[in-house]
Amino acid sequence: MRIVVLIKQVPDTTEVRIDRETNTLVREGVPSIINPFDTYAIEEALRIREASGEATVTVMSMGPPQVEDSLREALALGVDEAVLLSDRAFAGSDTWSTSYTLAAGIRKLPGYDVILCGKQAIDGDTAQVGPGVARLLGIPQVTYVRKLSIEDGGVATAERMMEDGYDVIRAPLPALFTVVKEINEPRLPSLKGKMKAKKAEIAVWGFDDLELDGDEIGLDGSPTRVVRIFAPEPRECGEVFEGETDETVEALARALVPILKGEAA
Amino acid sequence: MDALLTEEQVMLKDLCAQIAREKVLPVRAHYDETGEFPWDIVKVMAASDIYGVYIPEEFGGFGGGVLEMCLATEELSKACGGIALAFAASALGAFPILLFGSDEQKKKYLTPIAAGEKLAAFALTEANAGSDAGAIETRAELDGDEYVLNGTKQWITNGGEAEIYTVFVRTGKSAGIRGISALVVEKDTPGFTFGKKEDKMGIRGSTTRELVFQDCRVPRANLLGREGSGFIIAMKTFDISRPGVAAQAVGIAQGALDEAVTYARQREQFGQPIASFQGIQFMLADMATQVEAARALVHRAARVVDSGEKNIAKISSMAKLYASDVAMRVTTDAVQILGGYGYMKEYPVEKMMRDAKITQIYEGTNQIQRVVIASSVIKESAAAEKRRS
Amino acid sequence: MSTIEVLEERCVGCELCIKACLYDAIEMREGIAVIKDNCTLCGACVDACKFDAIILREARREAVGVEDHRGVWIVAEQRDGDLAGVSLELLGKGRELADTLGVPLEAVLVGTGIDGLAADLIAHGADTVHVVDEPGLEHYLDEPYSNVVAEIIRRHHPEIVLTGATSIGRSLIPRVAVQIETGLTADCTGLEIDGEERLLLQTRPAFGGNIMATIVCPRHRPQMATVRHKVMRALEPDPAREGEIVAESVDPKLLESRTSFIEFVKDVTQAVNIAEADVIVSGGRGIGGPESFPMIEGLAEVLGGAVGASRAAVDAGWIPYSHQVGQTGKTVQPKLYVACGISGAVQHLVGMQSSKTIVAINKDPEAPIFKVATYGIVGDVHDVVPALTKRLARELS
Repeated sequence: MRIVVLIKQVPDTTEVRIDRETNTLVREGVPSIINPFDTYAIEEALRIREASGEATVTVMSMGPPQVEDSLREALALGVDEAVLLSDRAFAGSDTWSTSYTLAAGIRKLPGYDVILCGKQAIDGDTAQVGPGVARLLGIPQVTYVRKLSIEDGGVATAERMMEDGYDVIRAPLPALFTVVKEINEPRLPSLKGKMKAKKAEIAVWGFDDLELDGDEIGLDGSPTRVVRIFAPEPRECGEVFEGETDETVEALARALVPILKGEAA
Repeated sequence: MDALLTEEQVMLKDLCAQIAREKVLPVRAHYDETGEFPWDIVKVMAASDIYGVYIPEEFGGFGGGVLEMCLATEELSKACGGIALAFAASALGAFPILLFGSDEQKKKYLTPIAAGEKLAAFALTEANAGSDAGAIETRAELDGDEYVLNGTKQWITNGGEAEIYTVFVRTGKSAGIRGISALVVEKDTPGFTFGKKEDKMGIRGSTTRELVFQDCRVPRANLLGREGSGFIIAMKTFDISRPGVAAQAVGIAQGALDEAVTYARQREQFGQPIASFQGIQFMLADMATQVEAARALVHRAARVVDSGEKNIAKISSMAKLYASDVAMRVTTDAVQILGGYGYMKEYPVEKMMRDAKITQIYEGTNQIQRVVIASSVIKESAAAEKRRS
Repeated sequence: MSTIEVLEERCVGCELCIKACLYDAIEMREGIAVIKDNCTLCGACVDACKFDAIILREARREAVGVEDHRGVWIVAEQRDGDLAGVSLELLGKGRELADTLGVPLEAVLVGTGIDGLAADLIAHGADTVHVVDEPGLEHYLDEPYSNVVAEIIRRHHPEIVLTGATSIGRSLIPRVAVQIETGLTADCTGLEIDGEERLLLQTRPAFGGNIMATIVCPRHRPQMATVRHKVMRALEPDPAREGEIVAESVDPKLLESRTSFIEFVKDVTQAVNIAEADVIVSGGRGIGGPESFPMIEGLAEVLGGAVGASRAAVDAGWIPYSHQVGQTGKTVQPKLYVACGISGAVQHLVGMQSSKTIVAINKDPEAPIFKVATYGIVGDVHDVVPALTKRLARELS
């Protein structure tokens, strides 16, 4: 069985700040990390491999050369092999072009049974690439998976989170699953893993290595375009009450009651 | 300091820092309060191969030395000196086997220790034998192919949780230090039970128990080295383990220093952050310098040990003595800088102060360390004079 | 292929472009800006440069068949015979967009035994409702639903399609968008028409909410977007409103599904799902311990809201993870968010800073939460919260 995990390298958005004076993003010194949701996907892949006794875990990502660092982190966790899809021509991809390119990369692998992704990337926050890849590969998908079991005979049972509970869905393999944090607790890397990862060979596939229509990739292949980036309206610093509890509570209550009564419908 | 470390050592340090930050930090207050043994952290460290850092590769270890053990211990201790002992005290229990075990013994015991499957513990201290290690009374009588143990060990770290114990016992007829031997005793050996768990001032995330031996039969093959070599085994063990205690002290001190600096920058009194007052600045400067000096001494001692040098007692003792005194001073100062907040359990520094105290006491009290250092210094002076004449 | 270039003769080395770059893809070499390999061609630097020293040359491509696409559509969502609130909200926004463009507002509804619901969509503003009511569609399954929606969209070629960013929506629509080969923008907080080109300007947060981006889909149709619950406003329903209900039939092959629905398990632990709540009262490290959560619950109850928590409280084991608000928990947008004993670390703010009104109660006047709070009280939560609960109970009972 081959399990493919799609990961994305993202800036650590909790460290990103807006410089209010220039209204621009301050990105200096912000580390690049594996998209947090993808670490759950990697962990799930490793668990499936451990349970099945015989499986290969391949991690794949699309991005510039520096993404190799994230692929090595994944190798240090124990994945078997890593593939980087990288080419100047892929730059500027929106979710369509990204899905398209990743699907081409997956097709180049010698078969796959399970594809795992994190539910969304914390920079784009779209959650679109998983389903997009599934559709392009022509395979079933189950999203927001909080529990996954792979059974004998090429069938999986997944619990898909809904707003108020979860659906239990059965899917034949091959299939794609996007996972949420409830699914597992990701492991930390091991020393042996880190040593192995340092020396491991990462396959890098560019435009010429894949079956791609040049019109569908990169910025030019992206149906959506960003036309403007701006800082959100800063929240106005409001009123802060200090003093004796009964006074401050009274002041706050007076401010809140109209809001509460107005909204209570 | 990182410039002097190899890439692999930096990798190890970063991994332990990640474990400390992501796994130890969130639970340290809980374990400090309950005194439970942190098995979940043991599992994480085992999975990340930390338990094997100082164990040779042929037994499944990483093949590093005392420096690697110190790097791991310091990073873990920055988050919690008590939980770090789940690693460091196991190393102490494993060292006698590493230094004096036969090939079979090393293979049998070091392999599961390196994998983090079994923890080790070092059992020397008794009610009447602390600094005076030669006064131990636990007896091991040879009966055919077995030793029969009777006696009690006190204040053994990892006691009850570890599965492999290096126990120091009195054998044969000789009195004093010549009559001491070292035996490996496994948990669940009939006649080997545990006393109550001690309720300690600090390092409460580590477990300390009494070991009770009543006609406990241990195979002769479990003897480390020869009968009568136990005292040497213990002393040689301390020579290489003292930098580890020192590293624990440095970690505790660094953790406290970091809290104090952050607090001083944020806390405002008289209209400014207290970090802008020279009184506080001078304290921080002294604290930081001492921690840096302690760390440098720890690393130097570890490198000397790893280089294969024979005379390492003095430098090891110096590292332990200095780092533990620094830890006590720095943690006390940290509580002082946090003022009233420093005294409250809600803030982490009072725990660090309680944790630091033990580093001045165990693995040889700082008074014993001074005895060792002075003895070494005087001997060296006499020897140098002799060579010149 | 599109390219980006720095005109060296114009670059003065002011580094404004570096500050604007979200991807750390610009560096200075010998005083001139140089664009690195990892540039994503987003163009933020082009906008930031005051000296027009950066040129983004886009390879222009022909738009295909844009003229034929007309109409603003909503893909309405129903579950177990109930329409999702967000679908009605989108009809409200859709009406505005449709009127601006001078085109009809239509909805597509998929399911089994869903007759009655179409009328409700019309009452809320739809001119036409396309209904696919076939057996086997009782429960949402990705393949049949996306096949059907894609087919209906292809059949009628609207220019804009909006959907709720619900669990179902965020699974269905990305698949549909790829199926019909068009662009999709998720979680939009703003939708406007650019008059000249009839383009839908889709505005959404990115980088964890730290910046806003406006996106367009110039050459492909329909322009698709998802919107979260409680961002747009539904119109007042008008039961007398007239509209058309069209029963659409589809090739049975489209209804096939490789995945199958086994059962639904309801989550009984959460009385009110915090992501849906209008009011949330959250407890953080500052409340001291699990024994203080009843106090938080008391205030939540009086306000008719749900209980949330910061990561610190959840990690300490004081309350289950399902209550966690923040980057690694839930993102919420209630009308009122009361943060008790929460310092306001970025990771928490990211999960709640879009709340309409934020109230912070914390004993530390320097706590970052006060910078985003509409109202705040500096004080001990254990004094303030019970007092506030009592005071508000009098008013609201």
